Parts: sequence; C-alpha cells; structure tokens
Amino acid sequence: MGKLRTLTRRTFLIGSATVAGGVAFGVYRAKVPFENPNLAALPEGAASFNPWVIVDAEKVTFIAPLADKGQGVFSAQAALIAEELDIELDQVEISFGMPDKAYMNGALTDAMVPFPQYDYGKVAEGARRFAGGVVRAALPIMGTGGSSAMPDSYDKLREAGAVARETLKAAASQQTGVPIGDLRTENGAVLLPDGTALSYTSLAAAAAQIEPVTDVPLRDPSQWRILGKPMERVDIIAKSTGTLPYGIDYKTEGLLFATVKVNPRQGGSLISYDATAALAMDGISDVFEITGGIAVVANNTWTAIQAANAVTCEWGTAGYPPEQDAHWATLSAAFTDDKVNAEARNIGDVDAAPGAEVIAEYRSPYVAHAPLEPLNATILVSDDRVDIWTGHQLQMFAVDMVAKITGVNEDNVHLHNQFIGGSFGHRLEFDFLKQAAEIAVKMPGTPVKMTYSREEDFAHDFPRHITMGRGIGKHENGKVTSLDVQIAGQSVMTSQISRLGFSLPGPDTQLHEGAWDYPNLNLPNIRVRSYKETGLAPVSSWRSVGAAPNGFIYDTLLDETIHAAGADPLMERIRLMGHDVSVKVLETVGEMCGWNGHDLGAGRGRGVAYVFSFGVPVATIVEVTQTERGIRLDEVWVAADVGQVIDPVNLENLAQGGTLFGLGHAMNCEITYSDGMAQQSNYHDHEAMRLYQAPKVHFTALENNPKIKGFGEPPVPPAAPALGNAIFAATGQRIRELPFNKHIDFV
Amino acid sequence: MQASFIVNGTERSVDVPEDMPLLWILRDEIGLTGTKYGCGIAQCGVCTVHMDGMAVRSCQVRAYELDGAEITTIEGLGTPEAQHPVQEAWIETQVAQCGYCQSGQIMQAASMLANNPNPSDDEIDAVMSGNLCRCGTYPRIREAIRLAIQKQGA
Ligand code: FES
Ligand code: FES
Repeated sequence: MGKLRTLTRRTFLIGSATVAGGVAFGVYRAKVPFENPNLAALPEGAASFNPWVIVDAEKVTFIAPLADKGQGVFSAQAALIAEELDIELDQVEISFGMPDKAYMNGALTDAMVPFPQYDYGKVAEGARRFAGGVVRAALPIMGTGGSSAMPDSYDKLREAGAVARETLKAAASQQTGVPIGDLRTENGAVLLPDGTALSYTSLAAAAAQIEPVTDVPLRDPSQWRILGKPMERVDIIAKSTGTLPYGIDYKTEGLLFATVKVNPRQGGSLISYDATAALAMDGISDVFEITGGIAVVANNTWTAIQAANAVTCEWGTAGYPPEQDAHWATLSAAFTDDKVNAEARNIGDVDAAPGAEVIAEYRSPYVAHAPLEPLNATILVSDDRVDIWTGHQLQMFAVDMVAKITGVNEDNVHLHNQFIGGSFGHRLEFDFLKQAAEIAVKMPGTPVKMTYSREEDFAHDFPRHITMGRGIGKHENGKVTSLDVQIAGQSVMTSQISRLGFSLPGPDTQLHEGAWDYPNLNLPNIRVRSYKETGLAPVSSWRSVGAAPNGFIYDTLLDETIHAAGADPLMERIRLMGHDVSVKVLETVGEMCGWNGHDLGAGRGRGVAYVFSFGVPVATIVEVTQTERGIRLDEVWVAADVGQVIDPVNLENLAQGGTLFGLGHAMNCEITYSDGMAQQSNYHDHEAMRLYQAPKVHFTALENNPKIKGFGEPPVPPAAPALGNAIFAATGQRIRELPFNKHIDFV
Repeated sequence: MQASFIVNGTERSVDVPEDMPLLWILRDEIGLTGTKYGCGIAQCGVCTVHMDGMAVRSCQVRAYELDGAEITTIEGLGTPEAQHPVQEAWIETQVAQCGYCQSGQIMQAASMLANNPNPSDDEIDAVMSGNLCRCGTYPRIREAIRLAIQKQGA
C-alpha cells in the first residue's frame, strides 16, 4: 500500500505540467484523489487519460483491474470503457494492470452501513457516501468481491472512456483546426467532416500534450452500441481452445515446482517431520519447514506432491473442537444474551403477535469453496524485486503480505494478476500465497510455482461458516402475522478479517444478512436477532456469504408458516412484500412458470423462495418429482432485478450457474471435522452438482432497481430454500438441515 | 524411463518416472497446459485428452502405458484460428465462465460425438457427468452439444 514516495514525486511532476510524456486527465481528480499509476513508466508519445486508458502510437490499452474468476468482469470492464470511447473490443489490448489504490473499489462500502440496500432514501445514501469517503481516506481497498464490480465500475469506467474520447477529439481539433463540434468518433478514430479518419493511435502524442477535458456527460443507454446487448466475451475463444493461461499454467525459464503439506488441523503447529523417504526420491530439490508444515521443491508438480505425501509429520492440535458434534453443540448453546451479535430488526411485537405458532430449528453446515483450479502461486525473488504470478481478489493486501515475508519493500513487489479458474471466495485468502513466498524466499533467483494438491486445497480451505437458526412463525385467519428469527453462527467476518491483521469493529452483519433485510414490509411483526460464535473452525466468505444460510433459514420459516396458514406460497409472499421492485420479481417468476399453486399432484410439487442480497431481489421456483429412486429436479425459474443489464448473455450464465451452485451444495455438500481435520478430501465426497442432476434454468432479468447491481452472488441464496420448499410440496417432508441428501435421495 | 509417443501429431520422447501420469508429462515436461489438473483421482474430468481416439483421464494414464500412443489434447483438437466444430459450438453458445473445466468438457464431448454423432439426452447425461463444472455451466454445455450435433450433421 505504501506508494507514498512515488506519489509525492509524481505529484510534484504533475505540477510542472507534463509527466514523462503523458498527461493526467482529471474528472477523477475531484472524485478520486489518487494519481494515475500509468504515468510513472509512460513512454514518450504515449498518453494515459486516467488509470484505465493508455494510447500510444501502436495500440490502445485498457486496464481492467478487477479480478476475473469466471464472472466475466474482464470483458465487462472493457465494454464499459469501449462504449464511450467508440472503439471495438477487438481493437484494444486489455490488461489486469498492477495493483494501485487508484483502482480502489468504491462500492465495497455499500453493505457496511446499517440500512437495507433497498433503502435509497437520503439518509441511507448519505451514510453510504460517508462510509465510502472514510474508507477511501483510511484504507483504499482494491478488491473484487461482494458482487460490487458493476456498482463500482458502471459510471467510473464509462467516464474513463468518455474523457479519453473527448481529449482525443481536442487533440485532433488542435492538429487540424477543425472545431471540436464538427468532429465525430467511431471505430477507434476521430472522423473529420470530410470523412478522413485519424486513428486514436496517431493522435496519442498530441493528446499527451494537452490539457485534460473534464465533466463529459455520459450517453443515455438508448444510444448504446455495445452495452445492454448480447456480447461475445473477450476470453471466450481462448477459454474454448485451451489457450487461456491461468495462474497454474504460468511458465518461465528455470521454473521449479513446489507443493506444501500443512497441518490439516487448521492453524495447528508442526511438531516434527521425517523427510528421509521424500528426499530419496528422484527429482527432489529440497524439503524444508514452513509455517505449520513442510514444503517440497521438485522438477515437476507431480513429483512434489508424491514426495509431500511421503513426508511423515507429527501435528499439533487445533484451537477449535476436534469433533463435528461439538461444533453443533457450541452453536446450540450460543443463543444467549452474552452472545448477541445484533438485534438487526425489531418491528411490532413478535411475542404479543396473535396466531398459532410454527416452531422450527435449521442447520447450515460448513461448505468448501473448492474452485476447480487448485490454489497456486509462482514467485520469483530477485536481488531488488519480487514478482508474483497468481490470481487474487485483494491485490494490495497480497503485495503487502509477500513484502513482509520476503523483506523486500512493497514498491518493489510486483503482482501480475492472472485469470482465475473459479474462486467462490477462496482467492480472498492468503495462506497459499504466504506459503509460496516462504518457499521462494529460500530460493532467490529461482522462480518457484507452488501448487496445492486437491487434497491440500480441501484441507486448507476456510469453508463457509456454520449456522444454526431458530424461528417462530405465527399465522391467523390464513395469513402470516409474525416471524421471529434467531441465527447463531461462527463469525465469518471476525475470522476472515483476523487473517488480514484487523479486528472486526462492530457486529458481524453476515450473521443476519439476507434475513434482517428481507423486505417483508407488510408483515407487522418481525424480529431478526443474531448471535456470534468465534471459537469454531476458521471460515471465510463463500459465494453470497451470510445470505445463503440466513436466506435458507428465513425463507424456509416463512414457507412453513404460509403452509400452516393454508395460504398460497407465492401469493402470500407477494402480499407480505410491500417492496415494489421485489413484488415485480415475484410476479414475474410466477408468470414464467404459469404458477398455479405448489401442489402438482402425484408426487410433484413446486417451491418458491425469495432472498434479497447485495441489493438484488431474486425469486426462484423449483419444480421436483418424487421418483422411486429419489427426488428429481425437473425445472427451475429465476427472476431478478439488477437495475441495469450490461450483458444479457453473461447475466443469464451467472443466473444459471449461481442457481446450480446453490442447489448442488444444498443437495450434496458439507464439510465436517473429526480429530480436528476436514473429513472431506476431494470431489468424490464433496460433489455439488453434476450434469445429470442439473435441471433446466429459465431466467428473466428486470431493470426496475434504482441502481445497477452485481449478480455474481445473488442467484445463490434462494436456490436452497426453493428446493426445500419444493420437496415439501411434492412429498410433505420438511427438511430443515443442509445438505438435503442427509435426509432424502436425489436422482 | 524413456516414453515415446505422439502428441497432436508430433513425436515426443520424455525421460520420466514410469508411473508419472500423462497429465503432468503434458503440463510440466512438454509444456502443454491446456490440459488441466483438478483432482488427480478421476473425479473431475478437467484432464481429459484423447488416447488413440478415446477420451481418457490423463491423470490416470501412466508413462509406462504410453509407448507408441497417439494423444490429442485440446491444443490439437482445434486452434483459435481453425476451431473444431465442438469448439465453434462452445464459443457460439458462450459456455465458459471461469473456463477451467472447459478443455475437459470439450474433449469429452468431441469424443462422444465422434463415436455417436446423435446421442440422446440420456446418453449425453451419462457421458458428460464425469466432467465437473464448479461454475455450473451445465445448461449451456447441453445447448452447445446440441449445436455441435447440428454443425457436424451439416
Ligand atoms: S484431474 Fe484427472 S479427473 Fe480430475
Ligand atoms: S466454467 Fe468454471 S468450472 Fe466450468
């Protein structure tokens, strides 16, 4: 994070008008008080209009700094710039760039204020701006997560393109004498009235010499060429021909291959080890101790993994209960006054509310991230610099940690971010990177690629946090009258932030997210209270974080109460909602499937669920059939409101993928501990969904939300309750514990 | 041992331990990284290549089984400039999210269609269910296979 010295030098240079042949352009200066990191090394004749656009005599380059782990943000960032710059995506080179606070994510704080994200009132919006300002000043985070990419980028990157365009026009006007008003832009060029095209690249040197253009208005969506229409992702050909390099594919001269074996009791120590057998194997360079375990360096990854398996280790104990039963018992005992995390919502009086009661307890287990690309990082420690090739979602923290381990100043630690083969939250963590750094620092001058075996990836995952819910629903005269939801969970934010070296300043909002902000605005009595546990296994954000377990608890209790009241699951949800954007989402999903009640007769049924997360209301309907061999998922309908659709193809892909991700884990997956170790070690015992179980998923996107929202996570939370509600509709069996396959078979 | 075999039409000879899996020979010895590592135990399918025309999990094929074999990897199936019909279908359908599983999915689908140009839905489910996709691109995989069938028929 300490770019302070270079910043001061650059600021001084900007004062003297030109910087190394480039000019900093400034609508941003008022809003984002960070210097353009491209200027430091900008060659003569090149112009960089802002941190995201560089033009030189040869090419136009976009910097797309948000990490791409499959959600398509590499393409989307480029499309936002290209739309305003009037250039096609095949005419530009796109790079992840280097970490810098100029690329801070301005939308991460939206979830940090105590207002539900459907509240766009003055006070709530003011609090969001304030939180954004505080974080920008104190700790500008360059990060990808929280479905924040589009909220962060939507205006910023379109403005970046617009500023670049207008500045290039100003340069063309200066060069030709034609007034700016008579110039147009198209296809990467400024067009003169006589049709002559001056390519942007030919204008780079001139543009580098002129004053910045400011306050360029953005185009109305009705004028868009690229955005809002089906796009071809820029990485789609490479990803379909095996030619896209991921971090794990990194190659360089003299590369050695490593792996680690670290105490599977998370956080426990290495007491002793014997590497005799490993060291006798062909192709082994070294075996040595690292924090909590050993590392093996070899001439290929397979040999390294074989050798690591041959090392015998004596491990210390973990700081959490060794057996799974004790984890549940701990949570069960956590519903006490001294463990209250927050009374996140209290409307009316749930105790005095009239009606018959539904009382239920729910469980949501630990679940692994297990992205298909095992975690890996390549690091080269040289005399005066460190280079890292890996994919990470928190790039500046990553640089900071490697700087500390290698003892090299962070200004000289260079993170080359790579395409990521899935994350689901695991690439927000640092252990793999720190281990790679501990290895590389022992081998200066040699690039070393550290790759986890799949077994190590499972053993060292920080899974989704474990959650227990207790609820009382009430109903009277065929209507739901009250919901009292209590949630106890291992605090995911406390655990995750501790690994960044911070302590959590307030309550862990992820212990009630998705429940406290469920917009049942027409329900007179609601209480959502969360309880915080911190003594269980270390955990981390898992795609949609708290909204998945909490949404499962809240929406299932609601469904149970609706059924007990004898009301229609969809109609009663609509009646209780009172939030127009969400009502429309529920109505839409009902229309999509031709909703006509939950009971389809003869062992068939439909379940509806709704969860509001990351500012996006999503409603999901699942249809299932009970067959002789188990439950079959027949079809799924999903409606969501993201405010503004950037790429309908990618959005549908995320809706389908996120829904299947939510369903697959709800059906089949949990991580359990025994002797302090995760009992699941590979995909055979943590399978999630395979093709034969995957139903058709229909999707409709709405655009009534007042602001653009991200969609990487929101499709996940309603999937599990929708399936549970469908199983109940088809069979009469109410399953209150995930994964469902502990209680029922699937075909 | 010295293992000699053909990869994407080129003869290769590597000096490796006899039980070294083809996956790692391709990735770390030959440098063809389009074939991926995911599980190492035949559970995910990301390492799928063709061996003498059959789809195999390269993490399960050992060096001593390779002598004289003809291996095709994703890089040999087609290229960005000259795509195999299955790759064309995958691109048109925009199947990939993170994309990490897709080399294996495409190799599995190409081998299925080479042996059975018009599989039923059940046959597709049976053949393709060994290939995991953590991102959940299954609906598009089905769509792309249908499109590839059309293309190959045309
Ligand atoms: S790596 Fe071979 S099947 Fe998973
Ligand atoms: S596209 Fe990511 S695993 Fe399949």
